[in-house]
Amino acid sequence: MSTPSAPPVDGVLRFDCRDATVAKLEALAAGDDRVCAVVNDSVGSSKLGQFAKHFPDRLVNVGIAEQNMIGVAAGLANGGMIPFVFGASCFLTARALEQIKVDLAYSGANVKVVGVSSGVAYGELGPTHHSIEDLAWLRAISDLHVVVPADPYATACAVDDAFRTDGPFFIRTSRIPVPAIHDEGSGLPLGRAVQLRDGNDVTIIANGVTVGLALDAAAELAAGSVSARVLDLAWIAPFDAAAVAAAAIETGAIVTVEEAVRTGGLGGAVAEIVADVHPVPVQRLGFDGFAPTGSAAWLLDRSGLHAGGIADAARSVLARKARR
Amino acid sequence: MSVQNPRAAAPEELAERARRIRLDDLEIVVAAGLGHLGSDYSAIDIITTLYFGVLRFDPADPHAADRDRFVLSKGHSAGALYVALAHAGFIEHDELRTFMQPNSRLNGHPNRRKVPGIETNTGPLGHGLPVAVGIAEAARIRGAGYRTYVLCGDGELQEGSMWEAAMAAGTFGLDNLTLIVDRNMLQQGARTESTMHLDPLDARFRSFGWAVREVDGHDHGALRDVLGATPIEPGRPNCVIAHTTKGKGVSFMSDQVAWHHRVPDADEYRLALGELGAIA
Repeated sequence: MSTPSAPPVDGVLRFDCRDATVAKLEALAAGDDRVCAVVNDSVGSSKLGQFAKHFPDRLVNVGIAEQNMIGVAAGLANGGMIPFVFGASCFLTARALEQIKVDLAYSGANVKVVGVSSGVAYGELGPTHHSIEDLAWLRAISDLHVVVPADPYATACAVDDAFRTDGPFFIRTSRIPVPAIHDEGSGLPLGRAVQLRDGNDVTIIANGVTVGLALDAAAELAAGSVSARVLDLAWIAPFDAAAVAAAAIETGAIVTVEEAVRTGGLGGAVAEIVADVHPVPVQRLGFDGFAPTGSAAWLLDRSGLHAGGIADAARSVLARKARR
Repeated sequence: MSVQNPRAAAPEELAERARRIRLDDLEIVVAAGLGHLGSDYSAIDIITTLYFGVLRFDPADPHAADRDRFVLSKGHSAGALYVALAHAGFIEHDELRTFMQPNSRLNGHPNRRKVPGIETNTGPLGHGLPVAVGIAEAARIRGAGYRTYVLCGDGELQEGSMWEAAMAAGTFGLDNLTLIVDRNMLQQGARTESTMHLDPLDARFRSFGWAVREVDGHDHGALRDVLGATPIEPGRPNCVIAHTTKGKGVSFMSDQVAWHHRVPDADEYRLALGELGAIA
């Protein structure tokens, strides 16, 4: 069980998913000596201090060199190891994008990349440190698993899936505290959306840190007699097109919510399926443009990535549905 | 050990093998109308010496855990590599005719998911050495005895990722890793030194913690001796600067920047066949 990262706010405990990531990694490493960690001087920011203490010979630190880091990880996999690469998502995915494409995805290397502090987690440090384009970039690359877990349990499941499934993975984690969403032990099948709440009027599709916000929005909408379905669509690839098609057919209106640019990520993937299969109104929430200076929470709020903003988007898309 | 010991071919056998590999490479490039003959011919004596004098491998078991690894960082020399793999028994000789044809496994750049004997996909420059560092580091961590060889172009050393990897190899003390630099002094567009200085290359690698040897990259005996007798210095990665001539083996291709990826016309093809000693 995870330890909360802070005292409860409004009665809700919140967790830093880096803790779940490293706890699962240490458990896997204890049982399998092929498991190793590859870092770019990112032991502290990845919370790998205990891993380094327990498995000093299985921590490969390449220094501040992300391109080499991905290549080295591909080589470690060639040599029979199961490397988990840890680095700030912004540098990993942008600086080493060609290595992710060629050394991992195209080569089919058994490497697991953990993008840490993704989205706008670095807040005031600015757009250089925000990783909001990563989902759009990585979704375009074939043969790469991409997952955005919502809570500690989903994070542990994603790390476990990555360990058990041959081939490259990108696991996008945050440092923004999130509530527990999924019941421990509920089982989260790889590549499948999880319906967290049923509803008939509209579907809210979210991933990562926005899933808890989507559930809060659904509760707010219920108070106004709007029945909202909520899907946690953690897997960007493989993508659960069937769950999206069912949402379009059964609820007739969709809101997507992600801590990423509005183009090309989760919203883009949903819109593609809806356009192909069953066109209905879709509203995509996310970021437009490079962010101004502000905290992560402030940046989420100003882009409508909060319960009220998501509920507003749902009402807006319902109005479009009613006009059809 | 499931992999075989070095074939220990004599220098004259290696020379004859390299001549035949050049001829086969000429055939597939002319048939495809595409390829990088100048780059291939620069590297073929090195690749031949590796496969027939140095590397331990079993073509029937290309993924054997204890195989020596060879990474072609200059992936555009795929034609030379495919011919060597056919000569070494990894693929059928007849398949070489499909080079760059629709749906062929033999793409213009090597694909490990399709072609046995390929360790990692290369093509964009600056990828092979980082991967080779990881392969060698895995051997160090796991106590495995295989050796890792990687061949890069000299122009390729203008990629920053090569120096990230060079720094890591020196720091990790990977004396089970050997980088061979195909030092032909030419890159796609011009001479390396008129494009971006690489010299003093030996001093640069030494300063990154590598042990360096310089060798005539077309002298099979010298290549076999230096590549087969690593580490040069225990605790240091090995850098073998192989002085080569782009287009080596055919007079009008030699040291000509145009032959980086030019394809011979009918007259040039006949001339090349003659110079390479093809039986008319």
